[in-house]
Amino acid sequence: MNRNLIQRNWRLAALWFPPLLFLALFYFYPLTSILGLSFRQGDAGLLGVWRDALASSSVWNVLDFTFWQATLSTILTLLAGLPAAYLFGRYRFPAKALLRAIFNVPFVLPTVVVAVAFNALLGPRGWLNLGLMEWLGLTSPPINFLNTFWAILVAHVFYNTSIVLRMVGDFWSRLDPRLTEAALVFGANRWQAFRYVTLPLSLPIIAAAAVLVFIFDFTSFGVVLLLGGPQFATLEVEIFYQTTGLFNLPLAAVLSAIQLLTTLLLTVLYARLSARASQPISIEIEEASQKPLSSRRARLLAGGLIAAMLLFFSSPLVALASRSLARLEPDRQQRSVERGLTLDFYRELGADRRASLFTVPPATAIAISLGYAAGTVVLALALGLPAAWALSRHKRAILTRLVDPLLMLPLGTSAVTLGLGFIIALDQPPLDLRASPLLIPIAHTLVALPFVVRSLVPALNSIEPELREIAATEGANAWQVVRYVDLPLVGRAVLVAATFAFTISLGEFGATAIIARPEFPTIPIAIFRLLGQPGALNYGQALALSTILMAVAAGGMLLIERVRIGESAEF
Amino acid sequence: MKTKQLLSILLLVFVAAACAAQPDEPRQLTVMTHDSFEVSEAVVTSFEAVNNVEVIFLKSGDAGSMVNKAVLSGDAPLADVLYGVDNTFLSRALEGDIFEPYAAPLLADIPHEFELDSQNRALPVDFGDVCLNYDKAYFADNDLAPPSSLEDLTKPEYAGLLAVQNPATSSPGLAFLLATVGHFGEEAYLDYWQALVENDVKVAGDWETTYYTEFSRWGGERPIIVSYGSSPPVELIFAEDPLDEPPTQAVVADGTCFRQIEFVGILKGTANRDLAEAWIDFMLSPAFQEDMPLQMFVFPVNPNAELQQEFVDYLSVPDSPVFVDPEDIATNRETWIADWTETVLR
Repeated sequence: MNRNLIQRNWRLAALWFPPLLFLALFYFYPLTSILGLSFRQGDAGLLGVWRDALASSSVWNVLDFTFWQATLSTILTLLAGLPAAYLFGRYRFPAKALLRAIFNVPFVLPTVVVAVAFNALLGPRGWLNLGLMEWLGLTSPPINFLNTFWAILVAHVFYNTSIVLRMVGDFWSRLDPRLTEAALVFGANRWQAFRYVTLPLSLPIIAAAAVLVFIFDFTSFGVVLLLGGPQFATLEVEIFYQTTGLFNLPLAAVLSAIQLLTTLLLTVLYARLSARASQPISIEIEEASQKPLSSRRARLLAGGLIAAMLLFFSSPLVALASRSLARLEPDRQQRSVERGLTLDFYRELGADRRASLFTVPPATAIAISLGYAAGTVVLALALGLPAAWALSRHKRAILTRLVDPLLMLPLGTSAVTLGLGFIIALDQPPLDLRASPLLIPIAHTLVALPFVVRSLVPALNSIEPELREIAATEGANAWQVVRYVDLPLVGRAVLVAATFAFTISLGEFGATAIIARPEFPTIPIAIFRLLGQPGALNYGQALALSTILMAVAAGGMLLIERVRIGESAEF
Repeated sequence: MKTKQLLSILLLVFVAAACAAQPDEPRQLTVMTHDSFEVSEAVVTSFEAVNNVEVIFLKSGDAGSMVNKAVLSGDAPLADVLYGVDNTFLSRALEGDIFEPYAAPLLADIPHEFELDSQNRALPVDFGDVCLNYDKAYFADNDLAPPSSLEDLTKPEYAGLLAVQNPATSSPGLAFLLATVGHFGEEAYLDYWQALVENDVKVAGDWETTYYTEFSRWGGERPIIVSYGSSPPVELIFAEDPLDEPPTQAVVADGTCFRQIEFVGILKGTANRDLAEAWIDFMLSPAFQEDMPLQMFVFPVNPNAELQQEFVDYLSVPDSPVFVDPEDIATNRETWIADWTETVLR
């Protein structure tokens, strides 16, 4: 082995060390501990448990349903997201940053909030049903949306369209426009240019987005439980039920393993696909890759698309926000009750009439949530940058090819199972983190890491090697090459990655999986606490706090959009 | 590595000794509990002041998740005390062997019907009844008598009026299923559910959905739902505008409600046995017992504790709720739920 190669291997190992150590400690160790323990608990032995599970028709029903709804949801999400991604990636139009921020908000919201929002819009007493009943003089609500298969699909599209928009839209905004222009010069029409130039180049990123969306739908929990209702069960719901309801750990472990293996297969497939298809594409400034909507027809199409998207994404959110300000006692109350606007629910948030030990002012819950989110961003970037670097610089190394799919595994892992894994594995000092607030950013990082890496790698890949070589021959040292060539080019991708980490942390609701310190509640946990209690004021406060979370999320998104524009001007 | 460990242990011992030397430094007591646990700040502070202790609460999911975590961490317990395991999960905790017995002196005051563990590993703290609730206005408007028994719900006049929770995912849902098992017997409860299905019962996944979406009080379609005996007075206390009386009512006729009793126990292996005992004594004393109703909407097992006026006026407590033996629940829970799922959801 020559010295160069040895040096290269050392560098590769050094790059992989932090993310691998993190995964080993906080993912593989807890997971193997709990799966091992679970399988040992069964009376039937390891093989027997599997045999019993696979012979059970209810397990197959769950598997069937899980795949079926995830496939449908992914297709619908792509159909909703790709046209918008094209519009956002290739065109300039007013209020773009604001619109992008709005479309990204759902991704941050915890499922309890989304369920409440859809209820406020489409529930039996949602705005739509109330309006229709009044208008048509009906006595019962005409729209039956909650607890249907449609509710699950719609909620999945509502959640995950922003993944497509962000990943594919960002890619298209960087795609060299000369490629399409060349095709047009040679006589292709716009459709052909898209079909034979843009689309083939974009397939890896579309596939990547689809895989992420699929994994999210495949492991869906809250949406299915809260909006789908009791007749639907995905694998994750069934794992929760087997673990918590029945303490049937062996069966839960089999289901967890099936979910894990499926995710692993998907990510390996994905890694193969993208490795074959990726090639350097020059990063272009948005000004060059994007054009204004010039023709009337284009403006009409774009306007229609944006209006439809806006209606879909903002109406549940607006319904939720308006509900938190509305006084809506039932009509047939003997005493006449005013209908109208009220700030009571917001006032009550700070009031705490029960003087409970665990009531924290909303500002504190927001600060705690933001603190965890900031911690997640730092941790996820610190681990994700070296991993992404290794993935793009040492693509063919065996280590890289082995580790790559593993990064995505936490996404496909049952939170309930992993939560129990933390309990039994991290129980000795110095790792006794079972009741530590540190566990929250750590768990959030596990979920955010794949997103961070996936958004960084394409940007790192797309750096043309010649640029670095030129810099090197001009006398720049390795650090200078990174600082002045790579970093500016990667800056935007880092920002997108940070957004992912931040938003995932803000909306994550893992109270059932992780031991929560009630004195440090995040916003979702505070909302969940209020929802569990009867009474108009409690429900109203949950609505108010949900609205605040939504506003914080939208504000954060908007801020990031601002920074993005500032950053890209530097290129 | 070895030396490092040794050094850190030495350091710890030194620090601990230093702490012990200072009597003012409060010790720590950790209480593991479920997500619904609430307590007044003043109540905890008074305990902390008297015992020179800092109480740390760990919320560990719903009651089932909490017991799972306690059982799985048995070798290295997460806390000194566990509070909130109820009679539907009691057997799982006792079989998991997580508690040390403690014969608290105050047990003498507490009625025997609440004591389900003869070895005093799990001590009763509070109870709450899962009962049918109905929307008073609906029955007044429609000139219909509210139901007064489980059997009533299968009659044609109550068709399409009832919403319940899935026992697989909801604690009141499971309690109501157990009420039917206890009332009709293991042979007949499924026939009853079949009749409910024919009478168009609506099943929701959780209590929140039943209460805030299905219940006609909250704008839904169903004027009868499964909720708690405490829900009507709580509606009054947390009304948006002051009400003269609760808008809802609980059905507490004999054999219609299921009583959930919550227990506390000292976790095996605690280093703070004395503090744990003090905490349990405190939980059973009127100071804590009187705080529970408004915080958690559950009621004292200690008869010396007094209730707030709203509860005195409007709380209906069933005289003879349905009883199902915790061991039967542990043995049959899976079968009952699976059979219920087959009958009602498929």
